[in-house]
Amino acid sequence: MTDTNSLTMDKPVEHSLLDNGAQHVIGKGLDRIDGPKKVTGTATYGAEFHPDNCAQGFLVRAPFACGKLTGIHSDAAKAMPGVIDVIVDTDRFARNPAQGGETEAPKQGVSKVAYFGEPLALVVAETFEQARDAAQAVTFDFVPEPGRYDFDKYRDQTDIPADGAAPAQHSQGDLEQAMRDAEVVIDEVWTTPSQNSAAMEPHVTVAHWDGDTLTVHGSYQMVAYQQQSLADALGLKREQVHMISPYVGGGFGSKLGISSECIAAAIAAKQTGRPVKVVMTRQNVFDATVRRSNTHQRIRLAADREGRLSGIGHDTITSNLDGEDFFEPAGLATHFLYGGENREVNHAIVRLNRVLSGSMRAPGEAAGMLALECAMDELAEKLGIDPIELRKRNDPDKDPEKGVPYSSRKLTQCLDEGATKFGWDKRNPKPAAVREGEWLIGIGMAAAARPNMVMPGQARVSLTPEGRAVVQTDMTDIGTGTYTILAQIAGELLGLPIDRVDVELGDSDNPPGPGSGGSWGAGSSGSTVYLACETLREKIAKAMGCDVGDLTLKDGQAIAANRSVELGSLVGDGLSAIGKIEPGETGENTNQAGYGAHFAEVAVNVTTGEVRLRRMLGVFAAGRILNEKTARSQCLGGMTFGIGAALTEELVHDGNNGKLVNRDLAEYHLPVNADVPQLEVMFLEERDPYANPLQAKGIGELGISGAGAAVANAIYNATGKRVRDYPLTLDKLLDALPAL
Amino acid sequence: MHFTINGQKYEADVDVRTSLLDLLREHLGLTGSKKGCDHGQCGACTVLVNGRRINSCLTLAVMHEDDEVTTIEGLGTPDKLHPLQAAFVKHDGFQCGYCTPGQICSAAGMLDEAKKGWPSHVSERLEGEVELTDAEISERMSGNLCRCSAYPNIVDAIREVAGEDA
Repeated sequence: MTDTNSLTMDKPVEHSLLDNGAQHVIGKGLDRIDGPKKVTGTATYGAEFHPDNCAQGFLVRAPFACGKLTGIHSDAAKAMPGVIDVIVDTDRFARNPAQGGETEAPKQGVSKVAYFGEPLALVVAETFEQARDAAQAVTFDFVPEPGRYDFDKYRDQTDIPADGAAPAQHSQGDLEQAMRDAEVVIDEVWTTPSQNSAAMEPHVTVAHWDGDTLTVHGSYQMVAYQQQSLADALGLKREQVHMISPYVGGGFGSKLGISSECIAAAIAAKQTGRPVKVVMTRQNVFDATVRRSNTHQRIRLAADREGRLSGIGHDTITSNLDGEDFFEPAGLATHFLYGGENREVNHAIVRLNRVLSGSMRAPGEAAGMLALECAMDELAEKLGIDPIELRKRNDPDKDPEKGVPYSSRKLTQCLDEGATKFGWDKRNPKPAAVREGEWLIGIGMAAAARPNMVMPGQARVSLTPEGRAVVQTDMTDIGTGTYTILAQIAGELLGLPIDRVDVELGDSDNPPGPGSGGSWGAGSSGSTVYLACETLREKIAKAMGCDVGDLTLKDGQAIAANRSVELGSLVGDGLSAIGKIEPGETGENTNQAGYGAHFAEVAVNVTTGEVRLRRMLGVFAAGRILNEKTARSQCLGGMTFGIGAALTEELVHDGNNGKLVNRDLAEYHLPVNADVPQLEVMFLEERDPYANPLQAKGIGELGISGAGAAVANAIYNATGKRVRDYPLTLDKLLDALPAL
Repeated sequence: MHFTINGQKYEADVDVRTSLLDLLREHLGLTGSKKGCDHGQCGACTVLVNGRRINSCLTLAVMHEDDEVTTIEGLGTPDKLHPLQAAFVKHDGFQCGYCTPGQICSAAGMLDEAKKGWPSHVSERLEGEVELTDAEISERMSGNLCRCSAYPNIVDAIREVAGEDA
């Protein structure tokens, strides 16, 4: 029997076993263990599973925005060469993907079309080319219905959603009064556009049936959840769905829930009796998966002459489809980043017929801190106080809403370290004052903050007679470095070099992990491995006849009482243990978050308004860093998402039908290599015993939080123009440039 | 039709609509080259055709009967990495890994272009030797998107290999 070591995070773990290890692999910037496979093209992503006799599916999507679907004509398509069938199942096809963390089916039923490009049918053919061409021959009858497409038109018709990642509404004290009494106030509106995660690998599912058991290979971030969601959509038991996702070509939230291709592939495979592969086109990913909502954010700050906040308000309006509770929680960090006794943090939804909105990297902060951190910059300028000093004066000693202590918080240290390293003292606070040739130069900064979470999960760790460790969980590695950090944790605790640790991920036959989302992956999944290893250490100690406290594990040897024994010889036929973690009271009685500070220097062309980011620094404190190389990469990625949000990324919805105008990678502008200079990342030493046994906090989303605001503040410093409508494209700067 | 890929001969019946990328991925089992957009916008499908980098999704398989195609599988294997592959691992020039084969094939093609003195948009001069500054590397690699944004690390990896070659 496999022992299970469970931990509910009700108390801090003051002494982490990771600090007593003798292997010294934890924290080190080791190369990714999956690296050689990824750089040689031998890592297999979803679409690369090709079962025998596999047919190809191509989604057919609504060429209209809103209406009742009354007929689907597929005879012409069915008569085309190679076409096996056209799958129509208007009851079970998904209207839109499931939201992150959902275990139930996404909204099903496509007979009432809710947005342009909604998937309605699936052509199945022998080859991709045949399926793609036949899809053009499928036509629809529909009765058009009026839709709601224009955000500004319906902005005052909102509903208040159920609480999500943050409460939808929070009110404390009297902000209106605080604004009236304040010596200095800010009251401005910022807008951010819809965005797309644009993971490089499109959504994909390869489905095949064996009797009543369905196997799906694909690209999924949260296997245990998505497995249940798919089972629910098809009326199956969870055990009847085997979900496999060993490599995920990026997710950033867009693959947290199953999407249309997954259900369609499963239905088609059942109906045709063949394995079916459905790979979304890039246009499909844009039109019919998930976007970050556009936002309209009003920020109010009330302060005295010294810059001390007496009030803070953050009212956000987002958009989503009918029946979807998710809202972009833009006020997430506003709840706890700065003090001030009078507070309003509210969210509302405008119902629009646009593609689903849901989680995209740092839902909340990624949009919200673009507003809050620019508002702080504006307040600093109004007060004549340095923006770093203003933030330090409002760095509270406890959560200003719940009154609970911070588990760990190094905001001020991040600000100070960053200021020194970046040369903040050389910044001219007067805007539009520094010019080099045809370029206006500006420097800006912003704070970073992102809550830390634990999600329930499990992992099995086994020791083999050959002296190897095997880690098994359905946790995923979406580029975050999961394979490597789990190997490092097991290696540290079992005394094995990481080339003697095998990590098997993304298979629902293995214990259910927390999945990759919300920056909880490393802390939560890593803790499950930690807990399994804790039990294995006790078993090894027993086999050595010593107290576990006297046991040293290093390089595959168990060492105690002057005896050194090969680990493999102590495990009989093999030893296994399961580690299991649950969130607990520390999540309630402390406020847990990672913190940081971003610094950016931009050059703005005096003639064209073109913005070039010249250098950027992020300083972060996120508890224990498990692998300094992969953690740094996570921050580089987050910061670059911030650069994109500040400068280029914007989904344009057609006001007449909600259709995306720029639904490919040529027209939706991700940052490219030439847009991103050699970014710098710095970590501060920190441990957070309240977070988890690793004492580590999430890092995947901290890097984006506030990053774009630092760029925007630098643009203000360069040009003297406050642009509050993201992205800050050159057309919005032209009127601020010097006369030619 | 006959194809020469990574020095090996392949024979395949090819639909005239089949892109070189789909020939590799769907017909020949060479899945190292990735499909990110199928429109030549992301670069994940980059391979070398007769030594030059090309978006394999933007060219039809039937156009390549006599060509020498090199894919990521032809550059190195996990046990015997090409210097660029090793440098990408060392510098963490990727995260999810999906754009990576395209980045590496592109880098191989790009280093050759630079060696031949081909200028880029950021080159100071149109003739003479190319000095692969960070700006040159970034510019020349901007046809390969990386949403994980390993760009600084990709530049580090390529700079290192370019320096070894020099």
